[in-house]
Parts: sequence; C-alpha cells; structure tokens
Amino acid sequence: MAWLADYPLAAAVLALVALGGVFGALLGFAAERFRTEGNPVVDQINAILPQTQCGQCGYPGCRPYAEAIAAGEAEINQCPPGGEAGIQALADLLDVEPKPLDAEHGEEAPVKSVAYIREDECIGCTKCIQACPVDAILGAAKQMHTVITGECTGCDLCVEPCPVDCIDMIPQAETLKTWHWPLPDPAAGRVEVIATDRLQDRAA
Amino acid sequence: MRRVHAFHGGVHPPENKAQSLAAPIQPAGIPPQLVLPLAQHIGAPAQPVVRVGQAVRGGELLAEADGFVSVPVHAPTSGTVSAIEERPVPHPSGLPAPCIVIDTDGADAWAPLAPLPEAERADPTKLRERIQGAGIAGMGGAGFPTAVKLSPGPGKTIETLIINGTECEPYITADDTLMRERAGDIVAGTRILADLLAPREILIGIEDNKPEAIAAVRAAADSDMEVVVFPTKYPSGGEKQLIEILLGKQVPSGGIPADIGVVCQNVGTAVAVHEAVALGRPLVSRVTTVTGEAVAHPGNYEVLLGTPMGWLLERAGVDSERARRLVMGGPMMGFSIPEPACPVVKTTNCLLVPTEAELPTPPPAQACIRCGLCAEACPATLLPQQLYWFAQGKEYDKLEGHNLFDCIECGACSYVCPSHIPLVQYYRASKADILARRRESEKADHARERFEARQARMERLAAEREAKRAERKRAAEAKAKAKAEAAASEGAGGTDDAQAAATADPIQAAIERAKARKAALAAGTAGEPADRLATLSANVDTIAKRLAAAREKLDAYDGGEASVAEALKRGVEKTEEKLARAEAELREAREGASEEA
Repeated sequence: MAWLADYPLAAAVLALVALGGVFGALLGFAAERFRTEGNPVVDQINAILPQTQCGQCGYPGCRPYAEAIAAGEAEINQCPPGGEAGIQALADLLDVEPKPLDAEHGEEAPVKSVAYIREDECIGCTKCIQACPVDAILGAAKQMHTVITGECTGCDLCVEPCPVDCIDMIPQAETLKTWHWPLPDPAAGRVEVIATDRLQDRAA
Repeated sequence: MRRVHAFHGGVHPPENKAQSLAAPIQPAGIPPQLVLPLAQHIGAPAQPVVRVGQAVRGGELLAEADGFVSVPVHAPTSGTVSAIEERPVPHPSGLPAPCIVIDTDGADAWAPLAPLPEAERADPTKLRERIQGAGIAGMGGAGFPTAVKLSPGPGKTIETLIINGTECEPYITADDTLMRERAGDIVAGTRILADLLAPREILIGIEDNKPEAIAAVRAAADSDMEVVVFPTKYPSGGEKQLIEILLGKQVPSGGIPADIGVVCQNVGTAVAVHEAVALGRPLVSRVTTVTGEAVAHPGNYEVLLGTPMGWLLERAGVDSERARRLVMGGPMMGFSIPEPACPVVKTTNCLLVPTEAELPTPPPAQACIRCGLCAEACPATLLPQQLYWFAQGKEYDKLEGHNLFDCIECGACSYVCPSHIPLVQYYRASKADILARRRESEKADHARERFEARQARMERLAAEREAKRAERKRAAEAKAKAKAEAAASEGAGGTDDAQAAATADPIQAAIERAKARKAALAAGTAGEPADRLATLSANVDTIAKRLAAAREKLDAYDGGEASVAEALKRGVEKTEEKLARAEAELREAREGASEEA
C-alpha cells in the first residue's frame, strides 16, 4: 500500500470510490430492508375523503379516487360529499392550491341524507342490496328490504337501480344530539370597517 | 383554620342576590299540566314505561334509566298520562324532544314511599342503585347522573368529598335558601355520600357573601365536616375552581376530579340523596329561583319538575310588557328560552326575567384590540384571544393544541371584553364543531371498514364461484373419460361375465352353503359314531312319541266318516314303518360301533 503515497491523486480517487461503494451498498440494503408497503399518500388522502363510496368523483369508491389523486390523474375538487372543507384538507396535505368544487361532479349537500325504503312498495328484487357499497340494506329475494339508517352513508347509489322507485333520500332532521351552537355571525353586528369608509360606500 | 387558595382570574359581576332572598322557599303549587322531558340529564334519555291514558300517582316511575349513564323519571304528582310526544324543552336550540305529559288531578295522591332499610345503607351497591333509581342528576346545572360520579371505579380512592354551596353566579339564590332552611337535610345527605365514598375529609365550601347560610350549615354540620368559607369571586363554584380553592390542587387537563381523589356534589344533590335514601322519595321537585326586574314577587319556589315556565312566571307575577327575555340559569352561563311553555327540569336552578335596562342587548362587537383582559380573567388559564382567532379561522388543531376543551364556558372573558366580543360563544361553537367532526370521522372510518369488508367478500365469492366452476369442469371430464373406457372394454366381454357372476351370486352362494352343510354332516356321520348314535336314538324316541300320538288319535276316533279313520290308520301304519326303519338303523349303528370297539 505504500506505493499509494507516491500517487496522491490515485489515493484520493480510490478512497472516494471505496466510500461510494460502501454507502451505495448501505443505501441499497436499507431500501430493501425498510421498504414501505403500498403508497402511504393514498392512505392519507383516503383518510380525508368522507367514505361515502358514492362514486360522484367518477371513480368506483373513495380509495380508487385517492389512488387517482396520488397518481396525479384526478383533481382534488371532485368530491361533493367532502365539500369545501375536504378540498381544503386535501390541498393542505398535498401542498397545492385549493380549488372550488367542480360542479360537473355535483354540489355539496347542506344536510346529510339517508336512504329510506317505502316498504309496502318494495318488491324484494335485491337490486338495491347489490348496489349498496357499505351493505347497509337488509333483505332477501322476494322479501321486503330496509335500510339500516346508522350505516347508510347517503351515497344515493341504491335509488337508481330500484325498478319501482320506492327509495327516497331523506335529509336528516336536526336533533338535540346533533345541534350545536353556531359561530357568532360577524356580519350581524361586528364593525370591521371605519365609519367613514361606510359613508363613502354609501356615497358611491 | 384551613388555608384557602386562590385560582387564576375570575370576575366580580354585580351579585343581584338580595331581590330573591326576601321570602323563604314557597311551594309553587300543582299546575294543570306537567311536561316531563325524558332527557333532563347528561346521558341516554330514559325509556317510558307508562302508556297514554294511564293513571299515575306521585312518585311512580314514568320512564326507566337506559343504561349506566342515565336516570329514570318519576311522576311529581297524581294524574293521567295524556301524551308521550315531542314538546319544546329548555335547550338553547329550541328544538323539541320526547316528553311525558301528565294532566294533573290536583289530589296529589302518592304511591307509598319505601325508605332504604338501615341494614342496606351500609351496602354501597344498594345505595348507588337507590340514588340512580330515584332519578338524581347533578342539581347544580350540568345534570350529570350522580350515581356515576359516586362510582369512581376500581383503584381510585376518594380522599376528599366536597359539598358545593358556592353558588357564585349572580341572581341565583336557590342553594343559598336551601342551606338556610334545610341545613339538616344537607348534612344528612352529606353523611350518606360520605358513607358511600369513605373519604378522609368532608368539606362544605360556601362563599362569604352568604353569612346566614354559613351559620345554618355550621350549626347543623357534624364534627367531621368542615365548613370552609372563602372570598366571593365568579366562578368559584366551578367544580375545578372550587377544588383549587379548597385543596390547592388542579384537576389535570382532560381529567375528572376523581383522578386526584376528589368528588364534588352540589348541596341540592345532597338534599335529593337524603330524600331518596331516608324518605324513599324520588327526585320530583326542586328549588328554583325566579328573579329579575320584570318579576313582581321574586323568590325561591319549590317547583314540581315538568311545571311549564310560563305558569310558574305567572305565579311569580311577571310583567310580560317589561320582560325582555326569559333566561334559564344565571346571566353569565344561562341561555335564552325561546318558548315559555318549556318545563322546569332537574337542572333549572334559576329563571331570570330581566328588563331591557337590567340586561341590555350587547352592543355590536368591535375588533379585538389584544388588551389581554380576557386572559387575565380566564379561570382556566387559557389564552382567550388566541382561541378567538383560531375559532374564527376554524383552525381546529390549534384550538385543541391551546386546550380549548379545558374551557368551562363561564363567560368571564366575554364579561371583561371591552370590545364586547361574544368570546364564549366562539368557544362553544368550536367545541361542538370539533366533536361533530370527530363523530363524522369515526363514521367515515366505520363506512370504510364496511366498504372494504364488502370488497373482500365480493372477491372471495367470485373466487369461490370460479373454483366451483373449475371443479365441475374437472368432474365432467373425468366422467366422460370413464364412459369412454367402459365402452372400450365392452368389446372384450370381460365385464359381462363379472356382471353375470354378480347377479347370480346370492343363489350360487345359498347352494354352496347347503352343499357345505351336507358335506359337514356326512363327515360328522363318518367321523363321530357316538354322535350318530345319539342322533339316531333321539330320532327313534321322536318317532315312537309320534306313533303313540297317532294311535291315541285313532283310538279316540270312533265311527264318523270312514275316510278319516282310514287316513288315521294309514298315518299310524306309516309311522310304524318309520319307527321300524329308525330302530333298524339304530341297531345297525350300535352293531357297527360295538364291532369297531
């Protein structure tokens, strides 16, 4: 090895190559050993989505939509049930500009609905049962069906397949349990502008 | 003398307590109709056990508790259940809730009361059952089921029992008059609570603006109960604040007093416990302060639960012209009741009917000037103006990070705000928003699980169908193959013989069996003469018997038809021949045997 001292340039190059080799091997090992299963971003996006499984975004369920967003194939503003709050959360997560909800996919419902089957009209065809993405409809062939209200996400998917149109989407009424104090309305009395500004507004 | 501690912040609003203290507690009487909400407490609403049209007596059960965190509802007087329906209830939303409506008959007939026997009072389980069964929920204003508070859970020992006689909110004097007039009952109830919890010390905390109450409770208190008097400040009566005043200890954020070995009960609750245990009387009435400038006779009324507020106010002489609004609770923490038909419930400690001059409409809110008065006033040492910004921006994570949930909604911050910002309103709304979002996200998680479970099931079913199809295909192929093979081997004829053998088999086998038996018999004849001799002699004996029987028959038959007699005679002859043959055989055999020997 003593001859290396006579060739400082070769020594330096050799040392660097050796270092590169060692760290490369280390990184390669770590990449294999600590490999992440699946795409964690998809899970994070999926956690924000409302899990209505309604398909209004154009994908068959929330997870496929999450995958499409993660792959850059879908916009973040295609989920009406999630609404503006959902878009904001997605924008924060992905560090992009929030966009207004795409009207093409529907509008945000002000009140959540649940499906209701008019049971005396039900013919027991099981078509709605097959359509329900969360198994919230109970029944059997030629037997009356009914919706388990607590499990219904209000996705609407059962309404279309019903051959006798006996399914209604009923907006959920506010109860003592769901009611809460509203935020005080700043417009109702809070003065944000200086009095003279307001006079100018009026003059204009 | 105990050292009294101070808590951070607090305010000194005008007390306005004298108005309602002029007269002693007076019974409000029986209104024509009582409306009893099924949820007068925190927790699951009670479940009705009466039918419409059913006659009930005072103290009878109307609705039973639904689970552990729930309390039952009892009939406050006798009458008929006229409806079980949704009625407006005292709630800031003004939304209706299920109620049991009783048309009273004025007789006030009561079901017999059953006090808890002395022997059972030592059993904590029996005591708790009785306290829950009597429908007792915290009477201070929150309405938390008392029995739950009295079950601190395994591993938690209660060091201190605090009886809260603070009543720090302006205008309200219900607890004050209760302490003045029923100090004995309060002490008796405290004794029961102490027996249940076995605390090291029992403290009764009273603010120093109630000298008469202090004197009355001191006179009634047992030697092991300490009446602690401390300076008046709002909100000393908050559970966590009172604990800090009396013990100098803080309840940890997000915790409950039992975490530091303390249980706090209101004086009204102590009286209700005493009545439930010692008298067997369920919670059907409470002391309510009716006050405000629009009330002609302010004072404290013993009101049956379910009494419509409008009816009570009429009794107290409310001038509806001057009344600006109706507030349940005090001016700091109370809320407006939109509908005077709302009933008095277990938590109604005060009905305040102020005039416009007394409690003016708050002026429009101005911008926050960051003066910091709210932070100085906050008894929970929070940063109200910071929380205000976050609440406006709906920054829920930051709100939680700044301990929004430690806010007791006392309203001290709004009270001191020079810009008249309704701060506490922002916190109430934000808290509810956060809780609603938590619920929603739980529901979303649940929906996702169900969706994924369904997807998995669909895939499994598809796989099963596929597997079955493959199985059927394989079976069909195997069958076809077997058939082809059979057709091929038929030409050789091998299978035909086998089939014939199989069909003839039973007969063949029977024949073979018979042959084998004969062969065996022959072998026996040759091989074992002793046996043969025995058989033959038995044969001779049998035939001889048969001959005897035939002769007897012939002798017995006399006359009649000749052919019968002839037949009998022939039978005898034949039998004689048989006998002779058998005897000859036997003889031969004997001779053979002796020759051999």
